[in-house]
Amino acid sequence: MSPSPRDLGRRDFLAAGAAAAAGLIVGFHVPAVGASARQDPGGAPSALPDPNAFLRIAPDGSVTILLAHSEMGQGIWTGLAMLLAEELGCDWSTVRVEHAPAAPAYFHTAMPLQMTGGSTSTWSEFDRYRQAGALARDLLIRAAAAEWGVPPSQCRVENGAIVAGDRRAGFGALAEKARALPAPAAIQLKDRSAWTRIGKPTKRLDSSEKVMGRALFGQDVRVDGMKVAVVERAPVFGGKVVSFDDAAARKVPGVRAVVQVPSGVAVVADDFYAAREGRRALAPAIKWDLGAGGALDTEALRAQYRETAQRPGAKAGAKGDATAALAKAPRRLVAEYEGPFLAHAAMEPLNCTVRLTANACEVWTGTQFQTVDQAAAAQAAGLKPEQVTVHTMFLGGGFGRRANPAADFVTEAVHVAKASSFPVKVIWTREDDMRGGYYRPQFLHRVQVGLGDDGLPVAWQSTVVCQSLLKGTPFAAEMKDGIDSSSVEGAVDSPYLARIDNHLVELHTPESPVTVLWLRSVGHTHTAFVMESMIDELAHAAKADPLEYRRRLLAKHPRHLGVLNLAAEKAGWGAPLPAGRARGLAVHESFGSFVATVAEVSVEGARIRVHRMVMAIDCGTCVNPAGVEAQMEGGAAYGLSAALHSELTLKEGRVQQGTFNEYGILRLSGMPRVEAFIVPSTGKPGGVGEPGVPTAAPAVANAVFALTGRRLRRLPLKLA
Amino acid sequence: MKLTVNAKAYEVDVPGSMPLLWVLRDVLGLTGTKFGCGVAQCGACTVHLDGQAVRSCITPVRAVGTRAVTTIEGLSADGSHPVQRAWTELDVVQCGFCQPGQIMAAAALLGQKPRPTDADIDAALDGNLCRCGTYQRVRAAVHRAAQLMEP
Repeated sequence: MSPSPRDLGRRDFLAAGAAAAAGLIVGFHVPAVGASARQDPGGAPSALPDPNAFLRIAPDGSVTILLAHSEMGQGIWTGLAMLLAEELGCDWSTVRVEHAPAAPAYFHTAMPLQMTGGSTSTWSEFDRYRQAGALARDLLIRAAAAEWGVPPSQCRVENGAIVAGDRRAGFGALAEKARALPAPAAIQLKDRSAWTRIGKPTKRLDSSEKVMGRALFGQDVRVDGMKVAVVERAPVFGGKVVSFDDAAARKVPGVRAVVQVPSGVAVVADDFYAAREGRRALAPAIKWDLGAGGALDTEALRAQYRETAQRPGAKAGAKGDATAALAKAPRRLVAEYEGPFLAHAAMEPLNCTVRLTANACEVWTGTQFQTVDQAAAAQAAGLKPEQVTVHTMFLGGGFGRRANPAADFVTEAVHVAKASSFPVKVIWTREDDMRGGYYRPQFLHRVQVGLGDDGLPVAWQSTVVCQSLLKGTPFAAEMKDGIDSSSVEGAVDSPYLARIDNHLVELHTPESPVTVLWLRSVGHTHTAFVMESMIDELAHAAKADPLEYRRRLLAKHPRHLGVLNLAAEKAGWGAPLPAGRARGLAVHESFGSFVATVAEVSVEGARIRVHRMVMAIDCGTCVNPAGVEAQMEGGAAYGLSAALHSELTLKEGRVQQGTFNEYGILRLSGMPRVEAFIVPSTGKPGGVGEPGVPTAAPAVANAVFALTGRRLRRLPLKLA
Repeated sequence: MKLTVNAKAYEVDVPGSMPLLWVLRDVLGLTGTKFGCGVAQCGACTVHLDGQAVRSCITPVRAVGTRAVTTIEGLSADGSHPVQRAWTELDVVQCGFCQPGQIMAAAALLGQKPRPTDADIDAALDGNLCRCGTYQRVRAAVHRAAQLMEP
């Protein structure tokens, strides 16, 4: 079967470029500008347009917006389109969105690669997408003005048309003429008081194709002559193939090739079923060298981490002399918090389709890391990056797993295509995906706090044990003095520590064959749990209300206080609850936004039930409030999975969990009522996709403590 | 082997043990039905056999027999099925990968219980996992679809 219309369209667009496509093609490119992308706009583009980059206007006036980032559920398909449409003034009902190809024009405004992650898409594109829209608007106005012989100042935009007096022309009719005009020297962005779209709750533009089953994910790609492959990978981390016998696999009907690749042995077949049956026949016939990975054991790691935390680590953040202050403090509390390796477990297992010829490589996949994948595919194929085309498909969840510096699932697919000489779609089974590594690292924090006579902390020492995500990757240059900031973010920059004159955050970075990676909200998945649980412990020790205690500590942090007070008010903090229920609270800053959550729980036997979560977010200027609410609900759910259900364990190097009956995630019956509130703000936009996650676990743990008096310091939280 | 999928007759030449999911996806090109686990643990592959929700990933194609297969593509031609309308109205989807399965499970439930309670919905859809966490809206949208289906 042929590639989808979407892919054909994209390829035509790429091949034809500006000249061949009909209508106005306004392109526009702001070079990578780092921090200035977050500054208030008003400036002109500093380079001439890079044709076609962000929008196309067809002769019928419809507008196609190209997305420099990947849609993985977080809603930028709609949010970034809103930014551009706000300035362009187009008819929203004609807006279509497409993923952009992998190209330098789409590099992140704050880093030299095309990627989606770190909850950066909205703030990093807040200027660029508006500027692209404003530039097109300027050209259209000048085209109309020239045609009518009136000054541009007499022309205005009205829902997809330019109007002057009683004259009116649709964008489509003006497109050709506008395209021929020189780009303006300067563009003027609208004042926020004139916004009609930004800030207005807006429904998703990808809803309809998704509810009809027409949205195309990586898994759905079909290319002429394509085969399907599954790969038998090492049963333990770092294992290597010694030898294999492919005779049994080749006897399975539909199997076309069995090939060795660096990650294992691939069975290439006419369809998935045949490939999987072939792999079943192959698996016992592979001899592995397990290496050091064969000895890994979760309980041994826990013991090792606990022991490691007794020793001084690398200094990640410090002020004064924490050790001396702890020794002198009137009261001292010591606690150890820990949590397991976590799999991202996106509903769409990993997959990648590759078509390779002598001088070109095409990659179809759901990715958050186009530039990295492009380079990795080029290397595996023996081509130059510009010979690699990356087609970004819808992502059936990303959560960080599809932003891998090692580009594991892309590299492997290129190797399979190369070794088998077929265009091939490599599909990971659920178990492959679950056991394939790149986990949120197992962690342990040892926290020592000295309390003053007033019950407030006067000394604080956190010792964190956590594998580094960056070490050994091209991103290791981001590390300073051996500190991977993603291991301690949310702790070293804690507002609680800022007010303690003697504090110390130390980091141990153990190495292990287990591969690790960022997972939705990254270091905050553990630091928020630890910091907000510990603050609750201190409040209890000080016999203070957890809300009042936090208010005292956060007096100089208005945005923390803002969300804290809003969530507490909406949740009815302090108001009586039915018997058997209790509330817990957490507040945390991450990715430029502030979230407070009040969780309401009960306990049935050993089961923790979360009934309600009231969340307040301050994300600065809010582009799409409907999208923010959805991300708060989703963040709560993702956080609750880690809080209550998910855990990967290793025994003799093998990951013990393979699918969802073993690796629990939140289900419908466990979903609480989530109420999300947004603090009105005109501040810089912050992130939204991740900040809803970190507060879930501590809010629930704190509620369980309030209800039962039991302080649960290990994730997932278990009463028995 | 003969199959009726979305009211269309097909003749397929596949092993009888091949799961219906892969016949739909790899042989018939109906990719709206998703592979999420292959062992009936996630619900992404949910389709209808004579209106009943089944996990196509563990249904051997030979077991389908003469029953009519309905996939997300056949629920409506244009997204006008009340469940799809409710889903759009409440902006349920996020990444969207699990949603064909959620929608098929919801449509089957409503075929049997036109006015389901929260408990009915929890029971019927608890096996349909969503990692984006759209559950609250799934529940609300099933209720909304029930309203839309009222005569």
